[in-house]
Amino acid sequence: MSYTVIAEGIRKSFGAQVVLDGVDLALDRGSVFGLLGPNGAGKTTLVRILATLMRPDSGRATVAGHDLLTDPVGVKGAISLTGQYAAVDDVLTGRENLEMMAGLLHLGRRAARARAAELLAEFDLTDARDRRVRTYSGGMRRRLDLAASMIRRPELLFLDEPTTGLDPRSREQLWGTVRHLAAQDVTILLTTQYLEEADQLADTVGMLTAGRIVARGTPDELKSSLGTEIVRLRFPDARAYQSALAALAPSAGGTGFTIEAADDGALRIDIPTDGSSARLRDLLDLLVATGGSTAAGSPRVSTHRPSLDDVFLALTGTADTAGATPAPRSATRSELAR
Amino acid sequence: MSSLTYDIVDSRIMVGRCLRRSWRDPEAFFTALMLPIILMLLFVYVFGGALRDHGPYVDYVVPGLIVLCAGFGAGTTAVALATDLAGGIVDRFRSMPIRASAILLGQVAASLTRNLLATALVIGVGLGIGWRPTTSVWRWAGALGLIVLFILALSWLAAAVGLLAGGPEAANSFTFVLMFLPYVSTAFVPTDTMPSVLRGFAENQPFTPIIETMRGLWMGHTSTGASTAHEALIALAWTLGLLALSWPAATHLFRRTTTH
Repeated sequence: MSYTVIAEGIRKSFGAQVVLDGVDLALDRGSVFGLLGPNGAGKTTLVRILATLMRPDSGRATVAGHDLLTDPVGVKGAISLTGQYAAVDDVLTGRENLEMMAGLLHLGRRAARARAAELLAEFDLTDARDRRVRTYSGGMRRRLDLAASMIRRPELLFLDEPTTGLDPRSREQLWGTVRHLAAQDVTILLTTQYLEEADQLADTVGMLTAGRIVARGTPDELKSSLGTEIVRLRFPDARAYQSALAALAPSAGGTGFTIEAADDGALRIDIPTDGSSARLRDLLDLLVATGGSTAAGSPRVSTHRPSLDDVFLALTGTADTAGATPAPRSATRSELAR
Repeated sequence: MSSLTYDIVDSRIMVGRCLRRSWRDPEAFFTALMLPIILMLLFVYVFGGALRDHGPYVDYVVPGLIVLCAGFGAGTTAVALATDLAGGIVDRFRSMPIRASAILLGQVAASLTRNLLATALVIGVGLGIGWRPTTSVWRWAGALGLIVLFILALSWLAAAVGLLAGGPEAANSFTFVLMFLPYVSTAFVPTDTMPSVLRGFAENQPFTPIIETMRGLWMGHTSTGASTAHEALIALAWTLGLLALSWPAATHLFRRTTTH
């Protein structure tokens, strides 16, 4: 296995505030790694350190074979950074931006012009090439930013919250572009607070909270750590809710079901199951038998596979952090009639 | 290509970028061009009549206007750098395999270009409305040399201020200070009529010897009565001192603000 990034024990504090508390990281060549975490988790700090913009307090890392601390110039030659705030010059036109960046990579004037034209076409910006970037839409700016990162195909591409602030259509479009880049054997380190985004793009996900990576694995591995299928019951009234809660409680004994989460306010109970219809039927029968489901107060039932949100919630135990994520529910979820 | 060639290419691209940004901000560009012209006409035709003492006022006022416009230009530089730092573009540049100093050098070289243009405008308009300085090439070379040195020192100071300011708005207040400092010097009126406290300040602040050196070189006599050589020595000490402080300070601040 060959790695594009190997980092060990990266620590960084600002004053008394510890931002990164010993982060280890290994990115396979050609993979997309999704670094997931709420605002303030340290994602951007980690990116800035690996992109040579900031020195860690301690720890070591190798990026594309270059030591981060002793050979930052070698690292710079192998990476491209696409920042949270699109790092392009909004007074210049799209074409001028790309030609400038190409010039700074020492392509030579003619080659710079040719490469800029190629990239403008590839990123669907040819029509807007002579307009100032200030007049671009958010999606166009991000595409230009990505194009600038691809002037010379980097070994490692940082995408720091690439779709923050984009409308859903531009986001889908940008995801397509990222997949296209990943297919060109570029290793991508993607940071995002949208779990859906990591689910869509990343081969491997690392969850960063309070300066530590608390979980890592493929999105599927992380999700299956919470059971295969979650049945969600939403009750029309408190009486039915309480009956069901009592029937499913461990003290009721021997039902074979456990409560993953219960919400008194929303009258909602989540129960993990194996996803079979037999188990679902057992559950519904149990509810009918115990007064959790009556003709007057019958719950609505839906099942869904655990999303990365659920994993994140389970790991961090803070609804607050995932609350920043207006995560669209994953497509695997299916609504069932009762 | 050698790494020195690359450094030159990088710096050239950075200067080009900064200048392009200057020309494309029509408001700022217009102000920068109109300021020397309007001030010249204002001082010579509105105030000049009342101030006329020893010969035409335009003969007196040209060096002062050059310094005033340089002060305004330095403010522009501080704002331009603070704006770059506030956006993400400096991070992108720094993540590329280019020398970080090229970024700063670009701003300073662009500042020098803009200010020399403003200086040329002051001189041109002055000559157009009857300014008759010396025709000695050496005296001209001396005056222009001092202007270049002064603008360079001021540009590095502006860069340091832009780095310290923490935002374009804060950097803008620097313009304000530099635009008013020349008024309390010998730029527009001799210090004789000022109250003693102000006079003490006006005679000893750095702009006065710089203005007086230009005046002495161009017109043959200073307004303070001191010799041109004496004023030139103080002027050089100030500008070289400022340059020796602001250049390394800006470089250090740049490294500090962009690597924390």
